[in-house]
Amino acid sequence: MAFLSDVMISFRREITPTLRNWYYVLFGLMQPFLYLGLFVPLLGGFGAADGGSALQWFVPGMVVMLVLFTTVMCGWTLTEELLSGSFERFLTTPMSRPAMLVGRALKELAPLLVQALIVILVAAPFGLTLYPLQMLFGLLLLLLFGIGVAGLSYALAIASKRDGSLFYMVSHSIALPMMLLGGVLLPMEGAPTWLYVASRFNPLSYLVEAERALFSGAWSTLPVLIGIGVSVVTAIVGLAVGAATIRKASV
Amino acid sequence: MIHARDLVRNFKTKTGVVEAVKGLSLDVAEGELVAFLGPNGAGKSTSVRMLTTLLPPDSGSANIGGFDIAREPEAVRKRIGYVGQGTGSGPYHRVKDELVTQGQALRMKRSAAADRADELLQMLELDGMADRDASSLSGGQKRRLDIALGLMHTPPILFLDEPSTGLDPHSRANLWEHILKLRQSSGMTIFLTTHYLDEADAMAERVMIMDGGRMIADDTPARLKANLAGDTITLTLRDTGEATRAAGIAEQTDGKRDLTVDGSRLMLVIADGEGKLPGLVVACRDAGIDVLAASVKRPTLDDVFLGLTGRSLREQAAA
Repeated sequence: MAFLSDVMISFRREITPTLRNWYYVLFGLMQPFLYLGLFVPLLGGFGAADGGSALQWFVPGMVVMLVLFTTVMCGWTLTEELLSGSFERFLTTPMSRPAMLVGRALKELAPLLVQALIVILVAAPFGLTLYPLQMLFGLLLLLLFGIGVAGLSYALAIASKRDGSLFYMVSHSIALPMMLLGGVLLPMEGAPTWLYVASRFNPLSYLVEAERALFSGAWSTLPVLIGIGVSVVTAIVGLAVGAATIRKASV
Repeated sequence: MIHARDLVRNFKTKTGVVEAVKGLSLDVAEGELVAFLGPNGAGKSTSVRMLTTLLPPDSGSANIGGFDIAREPEAVRKRIGYVGQGTGSGPYHRVKDELVTQGQALRMKRSAAADRADELLQMLELDGMADRDASSLSGGQKRRLDIALGLMHTPPILFLDEPSTGLDPHSRANLWEHILKLRQSSGMTIFLTTHYLDEADAMAERVMIMDGGRMIADDTPARLKANLAGDTITLTLRDTGEATRAAGIAEQTDGKRDLTVDGSRLMLVIADGEGKLPGLVVACRDAGIDVLAASVKRPTLDDVFLGLTGRSLREQAAA
């Protein structure tokens, strides 16, 4: 499997500097813990309809948010290498182009998964009931989703490669409304009708719902199935668009 | 090793279509060291990017080491080393890690890549740098690392796009020392682009001059200079009157061009100036004119470019 070994080559290159500075991954935990400490108490009884803790409802949404924001910005590191010439160097090797993107995306996702696991374990004593298999499956779906978003982010970076601020503007003006419309912070059930309808057109909403179902121990429910669909489609579309755009990377 | 036929590449820009390369054909034999010389925007890099599969041509074809760039890009990529204009190493990566990754990307085993990396680090005087972040290297060291990256898989063909641009003269000389040494030991075919005239002149066995997307000359530096520029002979006479009389004598010399009198000085351009000068001096003395001083200036490739295009490459490089 040349594809998988190319993914590994790319992943290994990118993750090595991260492993040397592993403590940054711990710094990255600041944001989720701030949400857990300073925001979750505000939720009170929200989302905890079935008698569980608000954590059970909030943690999966928050992990989705972290994955979305991190992978949307993936292209940023590529912009740097597109301009310097080091990405071009790989384009003159026989490496598979999509594999290069997947390896890079996994490098961004691996620390997130570690962070998510730590958050889950730390939240457990505060009332988060653990469903290990469902939760791991939930993280796997996020991995697929994240690869897709990263692929789109790389495509955006390539398309706007001479303009870092354009990349920043576009990526943020997509990610923020997606996050807000995804019902990550507050339940969409309390939203005005127009907002609720808008949220139904946001693929992220379905992923958030699937993650919430999995994190509360459900397996074969409709939201989980739809979530699988959303993740798989995002991964396929993201990689296809990323791979198609990469051919223009050297122009 | 390198054969291109009628390569064309246009770019769409806001102001219209730019014809970067307008029908390029070239042949480079195994083991040759060829320089692509031309001003910025001549189409050198675009040509190299097509030859290295980075950029698909709009039309035309090219064959590198026996493989077609459009139909068999992977086979081409396995056989070429490419050192682009930019910095090949990543900013957050360590020197040896980058070399090993590059080797693996080129289908080498990790252990073989590690051995080759050590070998190249030594060869390019980068030993001791293996565990440094690539961003901490000096400009010359970074460029040598780029070359090492291009050489990991011992490619039969090496493309160098402006390898010494931005380096100080000492680093440039040092870089070239390494390139020539590598070539001597490996017999690699080397194709480089440059806008440094002296570099093309001193290093390349064959110079292809590009201008405006076309190749306008292709020969050894010596023949280009003899055929397209010629030597400049300058004679200093006693006064303008004698200079004018000497011009009358020089007029009879075969193959002279651009005969000019400037005060007491007489200048003419001619092939084999060194061989023609004694005859000219003797002819002047026979006519009773004393030649006070005489010099022969060998032409540079800039004179060749000037002769071909009417523009100086040096001015454009400075601009």
